[in-house]
Amino acid sequence: MKHLLSINDLDVDAMRMIFDTAAEMHDVQHREVKKLPALRGRTVINLFFEDSTRTRSSFEIAGKWLSADTINITGKGSSTSKGESLRDTVLTVCAMGVDALVMRHHASGSAQQVSEWVDAVVINAGDGTHEHPTQALLDAYALELKLGSLEGRRIAIVGDLTHSRVFRSNVLALTKLGADVTVVAPPTLMPSGIDAWAKASGFSTSYDLDEVLPGADAVMMLRVQRERMNGAFFPTAREYTVRYGLTRDRLATLKPDTPILHPGPMNRGLEIAADAADAAQSLVLDQVSAGVAVRMSVLYHLLAGEETA
Amino acid sequence: MSTHTSPGDKIVVKGASLLGEQATDLLLEDGVIREIGSVSEKGARVIEADGLVALPGLVDLHTHLREPGREDAETIRTGSAAAAVGGYTAVLAMANTSPVTDTAENAERVFDLGRAAGLVDVHPVGAVTRGLAGEELAELGLMATSRARVRVFSDDGKCVGDARVMRRALEYVKAFGGVISQHSQDSSLAGASACCHEGEVSGQLGLPGWPGIAEEVIVARDVMLARHTGSRVHVAHVSTAGSVEVIRWARAQGIDVTAEVTPHHLLLTTDLLTGYDPTYKVNPPLRPVEDVEALRAALADGTIDAVATDHAPHARHDKEHAFVDAAFGMLGLETALGVVNTVMRGNDLLDWAGVARVMSANPARIAGLADQGQALQVGAPANLTLIDPEAQVTVDRDASVSLSRNNPWHGRTLTGAVHATLLRGVPTVLEGKLV
Repeated sequence: MKHLLSINDLDVDAMRMIFDTAAEMHDVQHREVKKLPALRGRTVINLFFEDSTRTRSSFEIAGKWLSADTINITGKGSSTSKGESLRDTVLTVCAMGVDALVMRHHASGSAQQVSEWVDAVVINAGDGTHEHPTQALLDAYALELKLGSLEGRRIAIVGDLTHSRVFRSNVLALTKLGADVTVVAPPTLMPSGIDAWAKASGFSTSYDLDEVLPGADAVMMLRVQRERMNGAFFPTAREYTVRYGLTRDRLATLKPDTPILHPGPMNRGLEIAADAADAAQSLVLDQVSAGVAVRMSVLYHLLAGEETA
Repeated sequence: MSTHTSPGDKIVVKGASLLGEQATDLLLEDGVIREIGSVSEKGARVIEADGLVALPGLVDLHTHLREPGREDAETIRTGSAAAAVGGYTAVLAMANTSPVTDTAENAERVFDLGRAAGLVDVHPVGAVTRGLAGEELAELGLMATSRARVRVFSDDGKCVGDARVMRRALEYVKAFGGVISQHSQDSSLAGASACCHEGEVSGQLGLPGWPGIAEEVIVARDVMLARHTGSRVHVAHVSTAGSVEVIRWARAQGIDVTAEVTPHHLLLTTDLLTGYDPTYKVNPPLRPVEDVEALRAALADGTIDAVATDHAPHARHDKEHAFVDAAFGMLGLETALGVVNTVMRGNDLLDWAGVARVMSANPARIAGLADQGQALQVGAPANLTLIDPEAQVTVDRDASVSLSRNNPWHGRTLTGAVHATLLRGVPTVLEGKLV
């Protein structure tokens, strides 16, 4: 594994290795002195073409705790708007001498394209509506901490699937780990061709949240942009909440220990009620904490991998 | 113009197989085919054509030559060279240049630059609407009566979306025998960032796409408008099975509709997008294999009249963006014959006469080019293409005479190679190379 562009780059053993190291890193998080020397002298650039607070700071902390020199480059808008090609932009950054490029970009596939142009390790921190592999790894890791093995566990992923890189990475990761995944959305927010995809990959789809929730061992709610109603994806935020939100009433139908996940940022009151977000069974903050550990593990394996093999 | 042969010189093409039939000799003189059969070589330059197939010079209904405006990507001269190497003797140059070909003066400029290059006949396509904005008609009649004699009008790259404008354009060009070539794409079904076919592949890749229906609703509307106006509509680069069905139905009703398909839509499919390589980003997008099969069948049975390249050169830096940000389009002129031969003749869907029909006679008829696409007979203009039918050619994008390198065929092996091209009796290409 040279880069982490997609969950497809990982087999179960590789995921397991990332989780095992993440567990060790997780312990470090709770120490008074959190710094490990593993990546001393290595340079990690967080190249974020899109706004992000949590993912960028999570990678930044992960890099710093591993003693890497971590630098953030953020630029809103596409490189095209500056008249520079993406290739020129990343070659310029990498010419400074970079070991790893952690990249967030509005365009699906951009991380893969960049990996073909540069020598540095490329970590996809979210490419358009394609994938966000470290998010899926941290979600699976956080879930395993609660549920143990995910084999046969019924996990519902609910929300704007079409525009969600979190969904795309998670459905790959969770099915690889043996989970029984059902994705729930109105037909307008289901990715095109999902029926064939679901059949080939062994997950299920549903338009009816109330049919799915009672059997769920975990529920992952996805962020829904209010502006989607402008594209005629759904009529109003109110109707969306009634039909697909994790409301207080729906929370009551879950078992008290059924984990609730959300990648954030949450639209409280839209896709998730405050009661659900703040419930004891909510893993929202566990996800954030797991995120640092998993990203430390990913950085460690990609940058110091040979020494551990 | 060739320095080796001038129009008055005699040329004997020796032993060529006309449309793949019996081998014979052709005597070319004064720009026409003077004799066919056993001809005297006396005083003539001889082109040995033993084992080669002779077709009438190919005609491309759909090229982007980028001049004026983007001479870094292609010029009329380099695009003409690519056309000649591809076996073409005439091309129609789309109007989406800068400035747009929406006036007589702009059309004449393209026409004159084509004449000056002298490698193929360059016929400018006129814009349907001023600035391709889709609102006011361009000066269609003045372009038609200009020195460029424009007959094909298209806003290609953009769809004439407004039904009222499309209706008026169809009506208006009846006065001078024009045709509207429509880029069929409903903008409300193809979002601003749509960059590929919407389907299973785009769903998994997370790429915004547009479905085949975005093309089909416009094709359906336009054939009804053609029926209403009694005018002629041409469907550019048909890419879906649904569009084929609509066109087949319209033909059966007697509606005056013609259609073209690109070489890439006859072979390349949407799953090539899994690597996010913008080389494969094109409009209309590459479609699933079911569409490809329907397009092949429609070309074979005549529902689709012509193969047109949609040759769309782009500077490298315009393709080195993220997939959604990169430019649409791919090269096509130099490889079209090889693709059609490989896909259509190779699968017994067309014979050489059929290839000549879809790559020469029909496009010339649709564009109203009287001196192109004629059968190879005595008295016809000496526009011809000699093809080595069995040559195996592995495409090398760096061997192209185009200025651009966005070549989706790079590394693929095609059967059949253009050996020579003659424009009105003057070789533009010999031994596969520009003269």
